[in-house]
Amino acid sequence: MILWEFLARHSGELAGLIFEHLLLVVVSTGIAIVIGVPLGVLLTRKPALSKPVLGFANIMQTVPSLALFGFLIPLNIYVFNLKIVGGIGARTAIVALVLYALLPIIRNTFIGISNVDPAIRDAGRGMGMTDRQLLFQVELPLALGVIIAGIRVATVICVGTATIAAAIDAGGLGRYIFRGLRANDNVLILAGAVPAALIAMGADLLLGYVERTIQLGRRAKTRSRKLLWSGAAAALVLVGLGFFFMQQPGGRIAVGSKDFTEQVILGEILAQAIEAKSGLPVERRFDLGGNLAHEALVAGEVDLYVEYTGTALLAILKGQPLTDPQEVLRRVKADYANRFQLEWTEPLGFNNTFAILVRAEDARKLNLKTVSDAARVSAQWRAGFGQDFMSRADGYPGFARAYGFHFQEIREMDLSLTYRALAEKQVDLIAGNSTDGLISRYGLIQLKDDKRYFPPYDAIPVVRQAALARHPELRAVLQRLGGILTVDEMRKLNFAVDGEKRHPKEVVREFLMKNGVLR
Amino acid sequence: MTPIEPAGIEFRDVGFSLPDGRALLKQLNLHVNPGETLVLLGRSGSGKTTTMKLINRLLDPTAGEVRVEGKVTIEWDPIRLRRRIGYVIQEIGLFPHLTVEENIGVVPRLEGWDAARIHARARELLALVGLDADRFGGRLPRELSGGQRQRVGVARALAADPPVILLDEPFGALDPITRREIQQEFKSLQKELGKTMVFVTHDIGEAFALATRIALLKDGEMILLGAPQALLESEHPEARAFAACFQDGQSSGSKP
Repeated sequence: MILWEFLARHSGELAGLIFEHLLLVVVSTGIAIVIGVPLGVLLTRKPALSKPVLGFANIMQTVPSLALFGFLIPLNIYVFNLKIVGGIGARTAIVALVLYALLPIIRNTFIGISNVDPAIRDAGRGMGMTDRQLLFQVELPLALGVIIAGIRVATVICVGTATIAAAIDAGGLGRYIFRGLRANDNVLILAGAVPAALIAMGADLLLGYVERTIQLGRRAKTRSRKLLWSGAAAALVLVGLGFFFMQQPGGRIAVGSKDFTEQVILGEILAQAIEAKSGLPVERRFDLGGNLAHEALVAGEVDLYVEYTGTALLAILKGQPLTDPQEVLRRVKADYANRFQLEWTEPLGFNNTFAILVRAEDARKLNLKTVSDAARVSAQWRAGFGQDFMSRADGYPGFARAYGFHFQEIREMDLSLTYRALAEKQVDLIAGNSTDGLISRYGLIQLKDDKRYFPPYDAIPVVRQAALARHPELRAVLQRLGGILTVDEMRKLNFAVDGEKRHPKEVVREFLMKNGVLR
Repeated sequence: MTPIEPAGIEFRDVGFSLPDGRALLKQLNLHVNPGETLVLLGRSGSGKTTTMKLINRLLDPTAGEVRVEGKVTIEWDPIRLRRRIGYVIQEIGLFPHLTVEENIGVVPRLEGWDAARIHARARELLALVGLDADRFGGRLPRELSGGQRQRVGVARALAADPPVILLDEPFGALDPITRREIQQEFKSLQKELGKTMVFVTHDIGEAFALATRIALLKDGEMILLGAPQALLESEHPEARAFAACFQDGQSSGSKP
């Protein structure tokens, strides 16, 4: 029942997210129909094409959505001055959704028309119908039920996949789901997931009804043709609307963030400081998953965000792990300037490194102080690591080698879930982030990295040189933010949002007022 | 509506082979006279339907030439040609998503008639084939009996008043009683309309009931052409086989 209370309290925001979600789904499905139906018809005329086209659509469906987003963001494809592919936001989400929705629509159009009885086709041709007349007066009306069934499948796929669009700042109900995952908050996850499931079910029922009506309908021909045309017209209008909304307003400073709480707080700090100190209008493009924030920065979709030196060195520049903070900063500064025309400004003052965490009672009982202490007793332990930690260069393999860990079992899960897993004794050791508010919430103990295995992760705003040149006043704002945070302070801010469920905007405003950045 | 003169059809040394070289029709020479009903008779696979599809260019000959109204078919625009030729196939040929009236109106609509004229024509034709326009005009094909569907099929072929009508086993799927009734009706329709008709069947009784002349086909070759009586008198084994069927049918039909 907490869910209903939450939904009732946030009904305005929820309505907005539902609208965004529906817009994504309707626009994408509309575009997929406009492309997919004619393509399906073409395949019935040129059957040699059917294998490669259906094969391509099939492969698109198997590409994981985040990978597809990552591939689309750096692209820059224009049609008549309108950017139609590339960047972050709804545009890229729609392109990806269209690619997912195409297969069922093309396939069902192709099958629906191919399955029209050859005798009926012969009758039409024998009566002197041209190919176009045969298509519009006989084949399409008879295939319409099957085509609608394909559209129905495509729509349901879109409703589901659109939740992931929140990872690239395209909005929709995915915002609640990602926010909930980040904050370890089941109510928030359900607040996104339940309406999304209801939309999917509603769309399925509605289109199922349309499908049945068409199959049973008398005078189906005139009606189906009207339906076809009005559907096509509505889709075109929506596509136009979609393009209209997808164009970015110019002249603003776009602040980005990755998709976890600390990043949203840091993004908010940058945004509020810029608004207050420079008076420039700011656009917030938060919650970008994976390396998407970096990709968006390089693509010029975002002007700045806070990056960590170690992450830049390892995940973006693909360098070898280094442990000297000065050396790391020197390397990333030089490489970012050369390769991406990006500038590292003033460090914010804290290092968000990996924190090897255990339960307080274990630390006390076994007298654990350092990671080496834990390695000695870990033979019967289960570890829980995020996917990120398992795969990165400074992650698990080198870590286990450096300290000589041999766990009984390693469970790979979402980072935000590992804290709870540790607290609930499903695992015995995790690698969290040193600034994570959940560390204090669950009363976990951080062990000392006594072999200095982990590289430094100093948090520093990274800015496009072009943005600095256009708005020199940005530099002063970023200088003012230098050294403003400590690890402890960052942990408090994180806990205020994750633990106390306060809004990041409010938490940041308080913090900046306390530090005299805001008045 | 100006009455349209019935037209002749001529086959000159016509052959048709599939791309793999299999010959479905060989050396066919045949003249269909204006206003007559020529029945193409033969077993399944004898080349009857192929012969018919060569007339309205659903197929083009691989040897020789077919002439309709004196003009070689491959010189006809296929769409114009087909709209001058009515086409009736087994009941399945009605468009399942169109009402009876819409089915009848297909060719007139393609020809650009206005709605009122199409409507009037559909009612006229329904009356001609013995169906009540008020009752049946708005029905879908699946709401009709087999015999009613066939009547609609004939009405549809007549809609734009074409000089030639092709009928490919139109009554094949009907029960024997309905079949006999509809044959009788068709015969009187024939007299009334006086159109050139090519009628495909494997039923010798039907051929006798309707034919001006019969062309007997076997394995893609025409082995006999003449009045029905000629078939009964022929010595050719295939002709005798069909004749035997006919006489069986007659005698069994006359048993008390």
